[in-house]
Amino acid sequence: MLRMEGVRKDHKHRGGIVRVLDNVDLEIDRGEYVSIVGQSGSGKSTLLLMLGGMLSPTRGRVIMGEDSLYDMSPKDRADLRKNELGFLFQTFNLVPYLTALENVQVPLLLRGVDGPDQARKAAGLLERVSLQDRVDHKPSELSVGQQQRVALARMLANDPPVILADEPTGNLDPETGAQILEFLEETNRQGRTVIMVTHDPVTADRASRKLRLHDGAVVPGERLP
Amino acid sequence: MRLNTIVRRELFERRTQVITSFLAVLLGIAVIVSVKTVSYYSEKAVSRELDALGANVLVLPKSISVQDYYSADMEGSEIPEEYVTRLVMSDLEGLDNLSPKLSVPVEIEGRSFTLTGILPKQEFQAKAMWQGAGIFSRPQGCGVVANIPGLSKPLSKETLVRERVIDDLGEFEALVGADVASLVGIESGEDLTLLGRSFSVIAVLPGTGTVDDSRVFAHLHTVQKLTGKGPVLNAIEVVGCCVEISQGLVEKINKLLPEAEVVTIGQIIETQINTNQMMRRLSGVFLLIIAVVGSVSIANYMFANVFERRREIGTLVALGARPSFVMNVFLLKAAVLGVVGGIGGYLLGTLLAVTLGPKLAGIPVLPIPSLAAWGVGISVAIAMAGSYLPARRASRIDPFDALQEV
Ligand SMILES: Nc1ncnc2c1ncn2[C@@H]1O[C@H](COP(=O)(O)OP(=O)(O)O)[C@@H](O)[C@H]1O
Ligand SMILES: [Mg+2]
Repeated sequence: MLRMEGVRKDHKHRGGIVRVLDNVDLEIDRGEYVSIVGQSGSGKSTLLLMLGGMLSPTRGRVIMGEDSLYDMSPKDRADLRKNELGFLFQTFNLVPYLTALENVQVPLLLRGVDGPDQARKAAGLLERVSLQDRVDHKPSELSVGQQQRVALARMLANDPPVILADEPTGNLDPETGAQILEFLEETNRQGRTVIMVTHDPVTADRASRKLRLHDGAVVPGERLP
Repeated sequence: MRLNTIVRRELFERRTQVITSFLAVLLGIAVIVSVKTVSYYSEKAVSRELDALGANVLVLPKSISVQDYYSADMEGSEIPEEYVTRLVMSDLEGLDNLSPKLSVPVEIEGRSFTLTGILPKQEFQAKAMWQGAGIFSRPQGCGVVANIPGLSKPLSKETLVRERVIDDLGEFEALVGADVASLVGIESGEDLTLLGRSFSVIAVLPGTGTVDDSRVFAHLHTVQKLTGKGPVLNAIEVVGCCVEISQGLVEKINKLLPEAEVVTIGQIIETQINTNQMMRRLSGVFLLIIAVVGSVSIANYMFANVFERRREIGTLVALGARPSFVMNVFLLKAAVLGVVGGIGGYLLGTLLAVTLGPKLAGIPVLPIPSLAAWGVGISVAIAMAGSYLPARRASRIDPFDALQEV
């Protein structure tokens, strides 16, 4: 359901051009759990953001279901992210001046859910990640593990069928990292597609398929047991 | 949660930054509001002044300007009282009334006011009668004695306010302006100590909105005696019966009293109007400066704010915010700041005008609520103008750059 066809990505850098990805063909089915590995700077984040409709390829197409993402208007692409995609980042990217509850409310606000429903739904999501007694805390008042759980609750707010995670455990100690992975895998078991960038081989091996980025291309995926 | 929750929270989080960057706009609005408020009341005061004055020619010492006269700042400039006699004894036509005055500063209960000595009408009549000649006994055209306002009908003490004329005033009687009465807490019938002597207050004058409200009136000769100034005046207000005659009057009075400055009401209006026009032009120029300086400083702040929040913007985009939503975050913020700056500027400006206006312009100044809407409108317009480009930049931020992991 997610496909890349002949994708090339050049980053402009100091007047020159850095070719990060070239000739990437990729197909990910609904409900898959895919890990993407590769050296630092190999283009993993670039690939993930292109899949998420946030970065246009220099050449080639990114297709989700029937739609070619970068042939859509920016507005439609935003709506697609809102309804179909959930992002999880290495540094969480919580809004610093909003409480945990309000951070989870943001995607609901973008969807036009009204006030009381927003709060009720957000509180329920925070409870799912065991943060019911931290709803009024600002990100700076939470541990990194708790922050990533808030980000997880926020990502789940719009119940996205596809989850894109960029090193979600990169900033966490092994124990809290494992917790987050647990949650991600649970959402995968519920039928969501999970695509996760990681540089940790153990983490990568927990996925059902592993893609390796090397020299700007995707090394054929190994199916994992 | 709504869009304005986001805006409010962010503003509150960074309030010191916001306050400093909006100081320019707030102060600008404050200055314009205060200038507008003061000039509104000074314009109003002029028209009321003219209304109340009734006089259309003023005889002043040479060194004195009309402004000095209105602000009762006449220290040390005098003309001899003998000028009154010269006028009365002359063959001038069209003279309805004369009102000689001597103003001196007095302190009442620690506050400064102006004590103005005036000559009651009876003494003119007596003088004119006794002289058996002069302008008041020579009915000619319109300037006849019978037309002296109030002469035929009984005069209340308060006609002083309207017609600058009073029938009768005892040696130690005083008339008290409305502001003086309310500030010092004096009522008619009570006693008042002025220049070391006790006066009985025979009336409190109704408020006129002019400098007269902060004056105390007593008999001219008493004031001359108590101050030791001798038979001198600061001014003679002359009422000509009609405009045409007043015009000719000036020349004749000039010839009669060459050492004095003789000005017509026309000249007074002109200077006052010029001052007000200058104020208006000044506030126009100032508005322009504020608009430019204000929107540049806001743009500066907003660009920095957008840069500072690029990661947050990238996150919103990842969560599915449309470009218009991102833009609205910043435009709404600008609008909120504009409203706050406008209201703050209005309050500060009004405070300045109300406290400084009476001191600087010598007129009572009250808040003008409609200026609040004006201030808010201008301030919002400036804030929006300064924020448009930064907001647009925010809506076009490249989420890939914004979300670079550090
Ligand atoms: N904003 C940028 N401008 C120019 N080049 C960039 C930019 N971001 C990343 N790159 C280049 O793109 C390559 C891939 O970056 P990225 O996708 O972040 O790699 P990864 O996530 O695998 O570490 C890097 O080699 C980097 O030099
Ligand atoms: Mg990366």
